[in-house]
Amino acid sequence: MKLGLIDWAIMAVYFTFVLGIGFALRRYVKTSNDFFLSGRSMPAWVAGLAFISANLGAQEVMGMAASGAKYGIMTSHFYWIGAIPAMVFLAVFMMPFYYGSRARSVPEYLKLRFDEKTRGLNAITFALMTVLSSGISMYAMGLLLNLLLGWSFGVSVWSCALIVLLYITMGGLTSAIYNEVLQFFMIVFGFLPLVLLGLYDVGGWAGLTRGLEHVATAHGFAAGAWSQSWAHMGRPSDNPMGVEWFGMAMGLGFVLSFGYWCTDFLTIQRAMSSESMSAARRAPLIAAFPKMLFPFLVILPGMLAIVLHQRGTGGGFALPTKADGTLNYDLTVPMMLSHYFPQGMLGVGITALIASFMAGMAGNVTAFNTVFTCDIYQAYIRRNAPDSHYLWVGRVATVAGVSAAVAAAYLATRFNNIMDMLQLVFAFVNAPLFATFLLGMGWKRATGHAAFIGLISGTVAAAVHHGLTLPAGSLPGIKGGWIDIVHQYPSEMAQNFWTAIWAWSVCFAVTIAVSLVTKPRPEAELHGLVYSLTKRIDTGREPWWKRPAVLGTVLLVLTLALNLAFR
Amino acid sequence: MHIDIRLPVGLMFGIVGLLLIGCGLLGDATLNASSLGINIDLWWGAAMTVFGGVMLWLSRR
Repeated sequence: MKLGLIDWAIMAVYFTFVLGIGFALRRYVKTSNDFFLSGRSMPAWVAGLAFISANLGAQEVMGMAASGAKYGIMTSHFYWIGAIPAMVFLAVFMMPFYYGSRARSVPEYLKLRFDEKTRGLNAITFALMTVLSSGISMYAMGLLLNLLLGWSFGVSVWSCALIVLLYITMGGLTSAIYNEVLQFFMIVFGFLPLVLLGLYDVGGWAGLTRGLEHVATAHGFAAGAWSQSWAHMGRPSDNPMGVEWFGMAMGLGFVLSFGYWCTDFLTIQRAMSSESMSAARRAPLIAAFPKMLFPFLVILPGMLAIVLHQRGTGGGFALPTKADGTLNYDLTVPMMLSHYFPQGMLGVGITALIASFMAGMAGNVTAFNTVFTCDIYQAYIRRNAPDSHYLWVGRVATVAGVSAAVAAAYLATRFNNIMDMLQLVFAFVNAPLFATFLLGMGWKRATGHAAFIGLISGTVAAAVHHGLTLPAGSLPGIKGGWIDIVHQYPSEMAQNFWTAIWAWSVCFAVTIAVSLVTKPRPEAELHGLVYSLTKRIDTGREPWWKRPAVLGTVLLVLTLALNLAFR
Repeated sequence: MHIDIRLPVGLMFGIVGLLLIGCGLLGDATLNASSLGINIDLWWGAAMTVFGGVMLWLSRR
């Protein structure tokens, strides 16, 4: 990839603004509340764009394009089934408890609703997980920048980590959020021309569909397997993902999706920084509109790439192959950038890629420093210090968190298996979470002991299910089957969905059972934390376009229409 | 509200947009072979400049 002076100039402009925003916001950070929650002052649209941008890490940009090449338009299920309904549910049903309880974090809500041990379990696993996933994303970035720009792994990792560290320690969450808004626009403007040029190249939507039919038949599937999202989901063997509709709808659409969007502090923190309850509820809804259209921005490049690759000579585009001869889908986006963009646009595209890495990293770092300070340090290490002390701890935690993530990135270069294993363990911990929150917010009888035991049982159920099943064609070990093989799944994705379904169901059942035999908390303590004991929010005085129920309905109808249009 | 975020967004997109326009006008036209003969720097630079301008206007209003 040949970069010119102009490309470096564009990158330099971006870095200047990123750091400049942090520097300019430094003087507004006076209390820990400013640092961790932006003083709850963000307008809904800023919180909403930051909400989506923090989630739009590079794993998403690169991973969804890879998935688009590998599985075609079925990848859109991760958006139109796996995101929008859960985001609407978060805004309409759950945000009133998160924002209204005045909790500073998701674990703190668990402390208010249940008890200390449930909070502790959630806070500690969440803190470890954010540092680790930040490290893994940095690792991916280091490899990529090394490939694209020729920077060494160390320079890539340290320079980006240092920039994120600087703007967050200076401006706290506000700085992260402002930069996420900047990064959001950068990502849209960086990748949109890629899609437009690619579509023009293959002959528009009709050309793309024709090309995908060749791809599908070449892989031995029905012609529409890459260009129809629902038509081939009757049996796992009919579609490239190897999943059937029920596992998809329940595993991804319900358990995984709601578990992520409704309980993950990384994104919810953005909504919690909003200036009012009304803004906090609108933030996830405002985020859902671009999220609904992202498949066209991040999946289409992959679908275009596989068509160009299949077309072979003439287009002159080919996906690289790995050592074992299979296609390296992960490099789809960088390959497309260098294929279509001349100098100038190339700088914009690479900056957009770096911006997506930084947005994801900053999201992890701000979520980590808040949970560490509020839910671990203040809860277990030093309880009654002055506010300025916690502000200082928040900054130290930022430095420590980024350093730990860098360490994890280096570790990943040496011990990839350990990283895979840790991610697997965290997936087990996360799988049952939504059952706990659903019962906590929806059923006043649910008790702290029950929540804790339910979470542990759900995690154990996930591990046991994984240990007893194996995706077809894999060897027992990290992929499953390490206890015994009682069932074979057609694909790893099907196994993941069913692991989540089992974990959720066990957690749900155990929490109910234990609640019925333990002493409930007095109702007076649960006001504002449980649905039946919380006053309804009156949105009647707001204009219709600001009411969550109206916005949510519009989103769901549009999502349904998209699913039907591309079925 | 601290600083209006639309101000830095507007400024940055304005600067990057103008850089791209300059590159599209003055740059080597043979480079456009990769972008199917379209002067994408010029056109997309113009789009980014317009977006930056709108953001600046909104922040100053």
